[in-house]
Amino acid sequence: MSPGGRVRAMLTAATATSLVAATGGASGQDLERGRAVYEKWCVECHGSDGRGDGPAATYMLPRPRDFVQARYQIRTTASGELPTDDDISRVLLRGMPGTTMPAWDNLDEKERADVLAYVKSFSAFFEDAPPEPMAFTGDPGGGAAALSAGSEVYDKLECWKCHGASGRGNGQSTPTLEDWRKLPIRATDLTEPWVFNGGMGVEAIHTRFLTGLDGTPMPAYSDALESGIVSDRDLWDLAHYVHSLGPGKEPTVRELIEAVRVAGVLPKGPGDGGWAEAEAFYVPLVGQVVLKPRQFSPTVDGVWVRAFHDGSELAMLLTWNDPSRSPDPDWDEWQARLAASLYADGEEPVTERRLSDGFVVQFPPGIPEGTERPYFLMGNARHPVIVWNWESQTGASELRARGLGAMEALEANHLRGVASYDDGQWRLQLRRALDTGGTETLAFREGTPIPVAFFAWDGSSAEDVRRGSVSGWYFIHLAEPTSPMAYAAPLIAALVTGALGLLVVARAQKRELSRADAVAQA
Amino acid sequence: MEAKHLERGLAAVAAVALFACGGDGDGDRTESRPGGEAELAPAPVVDPAVAATIRGVVAFEGEALVAVEIDMSEEPACAEKYTAGPPMTHDVVAENGRLANVFVYVKEGLEGTFPVPADPVVLDQDGCRYHPHVLGIQVGQTLLVRNSDPTLHNINAQPSVNRGFNISQPQAGMESRRDFRRPEVMIPVKCDVHGWMGSYIGVLDHPYHSVSAADGSFSLSPLPPGTYVIEGWHEVYGTAKQEVTVGDGETAEISFTFSADMAADAIVPLGEPVELHADHQGTAVYAGNGIRAAGRE
Repeated sequence: MSPGGRVRAMLTAATATSLVAATGGASGQDLERGRAVYEKWCVECHGSDGRGDGPAATYMLPRPRDFVQARYQIRTTASGELPTDDDISRVLLRGMPGTTMPAWDNLDEKERADVLAYVKSFSAFFEDAPPEPMAFTGDPGGGAAALSAGSEVYDKLECWKCHGASGRGNGQSTPTLEDWRKLPIRATDLTEPWVFNGGMGVEAIHTRFLTGLDGTPMPAYSDALESGIVSDRDLWDLAHYVHSLGPGKEPTVRELIEAVRVAGVLPKGPGDGGWAEAEAFYVPLVGQVVLKPRQFSPTVDGVWVRAFHDGSELAMLLTWNDPSRSPDPDWDEWQARLAASLYADGEEPVTERRLSDGFVVQFPPGIPEGTERPYFLMGNARHPVIVWNWESQTGASELRARGLGAMEALEANHLRGVASYDDGQWRLQLRRALDTGGTETLAFREGTPIPVAFFAWDGSSAEDVRRGSVSGWYFIHLAEPTSPMAYAAPLIAALVTGALGLLVVARAQKRELSRADAVAQA
Repeated sequence: MEAKHLERGLAAVAAVALFACGGDGDGDRTESRPGGEAELAPAPVVDPAVAATIRGVVAFEGEALVAVEIDMSEEPACAEKYTAGPPMTHDVVAENGRLANVFVYVKEGLEGTFPVPADPVVLDQDGCRYHPHVLGIQVGQTLLVRNSDPTLHNINAQPSVNRGFNISQPQAGMESRRDFRRPEVMIPVKCDVHGWMGSYIGVLDHPYHSVSAADGSFSLSPLPPGTYVIEGWHEVYGTAKQEVTVGDGETAEISFTFSADMAADAIVPLGEPVELHADHQGTAVYAGNGIRAAGRE
């Protein structure tokens, strides 16, 4: 350590000691230990001065909390108030879903209490009297009536202006949204409650209505409640309604995607009712942060995959939410703002405008013999992948990739794609013959799990085929044809059951009749 | 530039001083001035016989920014209120060589504390615009925010040394009341639903503030006689200040001149710098938060 560094460290220690003397002790919190925890775990994002400007911060949207300004999103206190210790404590323990803030359950209770005290010590605001939580009522319960009423409240309070009619975070105001730092911020996709910053429970949602999310565009409805424009019951109904927009819990991720073999015709397009019969598999996507240019805060965070085959063709339906149908001039300014705020730090700048949305499904070029799979970021020079590439402005084609975005054409394209966009959601159907005849691409084989991986991007957020969100390798399994016996067995079982049933009924009736006869004779 | 740095430094010192003595910890709801600042004696009531006035105009030189039409097509309830012509941006309103919406206030020279005016200051949302666009208010004085539009607005006040708030007003006729605990020039207010809506609030610990009218005129009175530093603040062109002395019963005429050239390197103070807690200081340097305001009404 340099002499200067040592002096500085001593000063810091002295400062921390004086802080302990000033505010520690009574609560049992130790600021010096809190500082040690902070310097170890928090400083990379939140910065040594607590201003939310650590080395990693520039890659994040939303940026880490600024503890000096002390604007806290997740509180039980009124908008503009500081959080209570319990509020901060909950966030430490559970993290902030939908952001880069993880749950710190690896720290013990004492460490969390110490770091909480240290975090508060950055701001003079905490010298004000401790904040009081708002008064919250208990959940009066959900049900069909509550959901219907909640839907009306959603319209009346104009939640759709930011969150969209279907709640996919695609309302008309979304392209202009910014946080208190003037950085672009996305309206929350209400159909993915597992990314709610303050938790996905009905009670947590109701609390957010009353407190707002300070520092974001989400306002508090406390004054609307006081003014009688909404009732507390309305807000509970709305909370139940918002909760109902997504699945009740985070979808289970399964490694094997099952493509059922259909006896009839394959679906003709993404809107085909036949898709309703297919099981949906959820695949979470994360930012591509391995190779430059990177994307730490991507738009698309998951895709629902459905698949059918009929013995000669494979059809996949890919459904993902994206608030913008790119290219869209309404999002030009958003694209520029996002590019400026996320990619400013040594990353390749984004100069193109009106970029497409896109989606890639990756396969190995042949069915792998062992456990080897190509590199998940579209292979490399020696081990390429086959990609089913779709872009909103050019459509679908089958290509070979030798690295992220390094595409080359095949001799023939056998892939057909049909996409539709509706209210913040893309539905893309891709179809291809299981075996295209040649050797330059993968021939699917029934009964064998085949590696598959996904990549998505949102052009309006300055994303492209390299700067997007990605999954690891999954498997797709094309179900083998069922033998005729498989169909016959249930039929025989049904016939036998029916016959036995009839027999039982006939006997019972006979018995009943003879009993009636006996009664009549008596 | 040195002068600007010095000025920022002084502002920082002032903010720390404010922090050190300010704040009573209650909510941002309407309430009186915190009692913790009682060490300052109330300013003597200004004798009407000797009350002084500082008034003048804000002149403008050069070519002002061109106003552009605001696209309110997504909000018919507001768009239809503009029957005489489409709504235009007005971050710069300069006509006939005069500049409007300049916040003019006494920056230095007053002594003592001043009673909080009982009347609220009204911020109205009408036609998806804020009225007024720039306003002054005293610490502890009630800010009454009204929605005159049959649509959702949110009022997102983003101060630095005060606590911000972000509340929704989903219906016409709704009113909310808030106040601010610490002086702050200026606090930006925005509506996130309508990205073009913006307003600025100057919070002072005295009542001597004015906003230049369409003809550039402003007036500060009734002032106790004395020597004052008067500052003019504009959201695009930054600040200008001057010292002026007024004697018993006098009226001093002053003028500010803002020019188109000032926009290029204007430091537009939005909020006061928020310092690290004093116990953490000495280990870090903060660059300040002068932000160039642009892109709003």
